[in-house]
Amino acid sequence: MESSTLTTGIRLEGLVKTFRTPHGPVEAVRGVDIAIEPGETVALLGPNGAGKSTTIDMLLGLAEPDQGTVSLFGGAPQDAIASGRVGAMLQTGALLRDLTVRELIAMMASLYPRALGVDEVLELTGLAKAAEQRTEKLSGGQAQRVRFACALVANPDLLVLDEPTVAMDVEGRHAFWATMREFARGGTTIVFATHYLEEADDFADRAVLMAHGQVVADGPTTEIKARVGARTIRATLPDAPDAALMTLPGVASVDRRGAAVTLRCSDSDAAIRALLTRFPEARDLEISGAGLEEAFLELTAA
Amino acid sequence: MSDLAYTRYELLRAFRNKRFLFFSLGFPLMLYFLTAAPNKNTANLEKTGLSAPLYFMVSMASWGTMTAMLSTGARIAGERQVGWNRQLRISPLSAFSYLRAKVAIAYLMAALSLVTMYISGAALGVSLPARDWLEMTALIVIALVPFAAAGIFVGHKVTVESVGPAIGGGTAVLALVSGTWFPVTSGFLHDFGQILPSYWLVQAGRVALGGGAWNATGWMVVIGWSLVMTVLAARAYRNDTNRA
Repeated sequence: MESSTLTTGIRLEGLVKTFRTPHGPVEAVRGVDIAIEPGETVALLGPNGAGKSTTIDMLLGLAEPDQGTVSLFGGAPQDAIASGRVGAMLQTGALLRDLTVRELIAMMASLYPRALGVDEVLELTGLAKAAEQRTEKLSGGQAQRVRFACALVANPDLLVLDEPTVAMDVEGRHAFWATMREFARGGTTIVFATHYLEEADDFADRAVLMAHGQVVADGPTTEIKARVGARTIRATLPDAPDAALMTLPGVASVDRRGAAVTLRCSDSDAAIRALLTRFPEARDLEISGAGLEEAFLELTAA
Repeated sequence: MSDLAYTRYELLRAFRNKRFLFFSLGFPLMLYFLTAAPNKNTANLEKTGLSAPLYFMVSMASWGTMTAMLSTGARIAGERQVGWNRQLRISPLSAFSYLRAKVAIAYLMAALSLVTMYISGAALGVSLPARDWLEMTALIVIALVPFAAAGIFVGHKVTVESVGPAIGGGTAVLALVSGTWFPVTSGFLHDFGQILPSYWLVQAGRVALGGGAWNATGWMVVIGWSLVMTVLAARAYRNDTNRA
């Protein structure tokens, strides 16, 4: 394998995609630039309708961008796919019926030049016990694992996962990411879409935040978390001057509506301690995490 | 990487689909014995010059093989519904290999249907020189080309809910017009039937009369439909990448 093509990674430049709908055109993606180096694990984070799936479709060559270019390992997506370097778990999709789990994975394996062993993948994805079951008889969680196995068996240089844990319970989610961690050690480039901040935080090196078809933030997950993970403290506090509240550690902004104040915090733990020390009369305390949706709205409004 | 392995699994799936096996194998076979067995000794059915067992053997084979070819449509529609076509498009399987596997399976199932009908025909006394069997088979294989393409076309255009009625209804109408249930030798149906490839599928049985089973019109109709349906199928396949 030529190292020159390996080092170029993934480049999305100026991507624009508009869909025609009965209600007029919908601009799903409005100028997206993302560069991903080989071996990076990147989370595409954003609420529903942010343009994550459309971006992934263009990344995989399933949708043609209206404007902009996609390059995978220095070539067109189709070339990377034809040489078997891409494995993907798409968001929509059930499984092909009338086959057993083992047969389906073996069928996928037969298409890839550097496929992993079927038994190895069954073991890795926790499907060894379900191997002889027909795909149409599986539970939702198991089916999701099989779809993951179909992507893994390709032994790809680039693994793309579009909301891989969407139908899973908490336990399934943990097991899934544990498997991913195992696999990611091999130096595979991983791109996954999610709307769970904690998934991006736990697993990715870097998060790309999308909202309304645009990238609104792109950086290490710690940085992103600080930006969107902000919490707010609400309290009934009629007599405290806003300026004094503003000087409390960890408080980023103060918003007052009569007796009620809302403190937007970069560090809510420090802020609440200081607040109760300085203003013990504060009542009706309420701490809430800013939802991603809310954080996105704020980021796009800015 | 092996396209053959892929085709093998596809074949396995086709054989596990009981409904499909019934309609392309069991159903025509049952109808054959219902129509041909009572007329076993009719040597010249409705002035076709062909014996009833021979005529119905070919006409029922045309029904079974047509269903086998069009069932590609049901399989593709099913795959599209679960988003499997998108999964395949992000695999190294080329469009050519994908379509070739679909067509290969359709022809294999059609061959099975054909052999079943030939054996049943022989059991009811159909006897032809080896040359005629071969020529008839070759003509059927050629006349199935438009149906192979039509299966792919239908699969990419029709939803899984309507693909059953579309294929079932389509074959029923084609069979009626093309003389599958009873010979159509004159009148409007006869003239109309001549422009359909299914008519010439049934006419493949005329090899028994000596000379060419198809006239120039027959060849033109079959080749014309083959070209048109292939273009339509290719276009339908290309335009079908969207999420379900």
